[in-house]
Amino acid sequence: MDDTLKDLGAALQAAFPNAVEGSSLALGELSVTVRAEGLIAVLTHLRDDPNCLFKCLMDVCGVDRPSRARRFDVVYNLLSLKHNLRIRLKLETAEDTPVPSAVGVFSSAGWFEREAWDMYGILFAGHPDLRRILTDYGFEGHPLRKDFPMTGHVEVRYDDAQKRVVQEPVKLTQEYRRFDFLSPWEGARHALPGDEKAGAAAAPGGQGKPS
Amino acid sequence: MTADPQIKNYNINFGPQHPAAHGVLRLVLELDGEIVERADPHIGLLHRGTEKLIEYRTYLQALPYFDRLDYVSMMCMEHAYVLGIEKLLGLEVPPRAQYLRVMWSELTRILNHLLNITAQAMDVGALTPTLWGYEEREKLLVFYERVSGARMHAAYFRPGGVHQDMPKGLAEDIASWLDSFPKVIDDIEGLLTENRIFKQRNVDIGLVSAEDAMDWGFSGVMLRGSGVAWDLRKSQPYDVYEAMDFDIPVGKNGDCYDRYLCRMDEMRQSVRIMRQCLNQMPEGPVAARDPKAVPPKRGEMKRSMESLINHFKLYTEGFKVPAGETYTAVEAPKGEFAVYLVADGTNKPYRCKIRSPAFAHLAATDFLCKGLMLADTVAVIGSLDIVFGEIDR
Repeated sequence: MDDTLKDLGAALQAAFPNAVEGSSLALGELSVTVRAEGLIAVLTHLRDDPNCLFKCLMDVCGVDRPSRARRFDVVYNLLSLKHNLRIRLKLETAEDTPVPSAVGVFSSAGWFEREAWDMYGILFAGHPDLRRILTDYGFEGHPLRKDFPMTGHVEVRYDDAQKRVVQEPVKLTQEYRRFDFLSPWEGARHALPGDEKAGAAAAPGGQGKPS
Repeated sequence: MTADPQIKNYNINFGPQHPAAHGVLRLVLELDGEIVERADPHIGLLHRGTEKLIEYRTYLQALPYFDRLDYVSMMCMEHAYVLGIEKLLGLEVPPRAQYLRVMWSELTRILNHLLNITAQAMDVGALTPTLWGYEEREKLLVFYERVSGARMHAAYFRPGGVHQDMPKGLAEDIASWLDSFPKVIDDIEGLLTENRIFKQRNVDIGLVSAEDAMDWGFSGVMLRGSGVAWDLRKSQPYDVYEAMDFDIPVGKNGDCYDRYLCRMDEMRQSVRIMRQCLNQMPEGPVAARDPKAVPPKRGEMKRSMESLINHFKLYTEGFKVPAGETYTAVEAPKGEFAVYLVADGTNKPYRCKIRSPAFAHLAATDFLCKGLMLADTVAVIGSLDIVFGEIDR
């Protein structure tokens, strides 16, 4: 099966030299990086080509990587019932760059893209109905972004005086405690309590004593 | 009084407080007389931000959230998640644990189908099957409690195996229940399958062709009801499904009635699989022996300091999962339930996208209900098998 997937990745790269940036096979799963401009052509090819026949778009989702300039990944997971294969398409996009919508190729993309818009604020050009889907009516922000706090910004309660549900800024009697249990000798990047100067002394121009 | 010559389409809100809405579905229907012109489901009333919460928990702490997704097929949700972690970690699961997982997954399938079939029957007016179905569900939930301590939110499957072995006597009790259960299926079938009202409400309602089913990303019974013989347990087997002998019921017409028949037969197949599991289950450990990811046994912890430290580290720091990503799918009772897990090498998932089958099914509501009568939407929604825990996440 790995060979089939490898061949498929190579064939896709040969057929779309401009749209496909690369492909990788890890854990028995094929992952192909594409450019947004070529996405629709690649999806249509994958759906209709007799060697692919990926007729089911099982999932579309976003991944947020704020350290990158184009911070979002959009991930498409496709399934071919005929050849019993799966393929994953990935593309990068920024907050203000729309991705062409796949609704014209797969009807199932409609709600998945609405969800990606709701959760991450990824724009899909040509989507017929890009409304929020999971969050509340009148919700602000995109909750799955890494810079959105887990506790959210507003909380709701029933106000007996006004006889309705009111929204207020979140008030926590105690800050949410995020314990970092990562072992310091196995990859924790934060300063240990009492050890704050260790890094500064080593770094040039730090506040350590001049030698 | 003068008659208004203009006839306007009528908008109604179906739910969120309606017994046939299967939870908190708010369906905005545009009606022309009694014909549905447009159906617009508003979902998210049960949105709890599970995916966000999982990003802030260790891998093991995130596991119980999966029970709370589709809260009528709990262990199948866990199954996808633990398989994903095991794939990233490269963990080898011992055979007994694999058999246990398959058996409990199938038990969960019966649990789910019993609720769905009888709820679908109730949606179209039959009350008795619900009562009979709940009686059996109760017995299954007692089995759940005996094996995991919880009636519903089991948290029984763990990365590397299962939490603990079955207590003494449970296997025998399940075996004797398996002997009595087909009679109940026959009884329910006797009430519904040839029932005139049930057939009038379901035959030729909510038709889906095989092409449309694929286009809308359908899976599970929604796909098989339309004549596509596709089951992940056969085509991409996980755990010991490969060794199991069972058939895949396939529908012909893709209507609500065929989907009902498929679910009915799937329960019989699940009984078959469970029997095989009980007969073939080998003795042995129920979790992998990998101290990096699997906690030590309770008995060892009482005697060995190293085990105690190991346990403490696993339940505070958790285990680290090497960077990578996987899309791992299982055949849940409702269809393809998958977890797209992105690991960044720390003890918490970087991203955990939950692909729920009913989300894709509900997305097609407008396509399915257009042109049907108002009363038929109830039958269609009943046969979609939706549970809002997993749609809203």
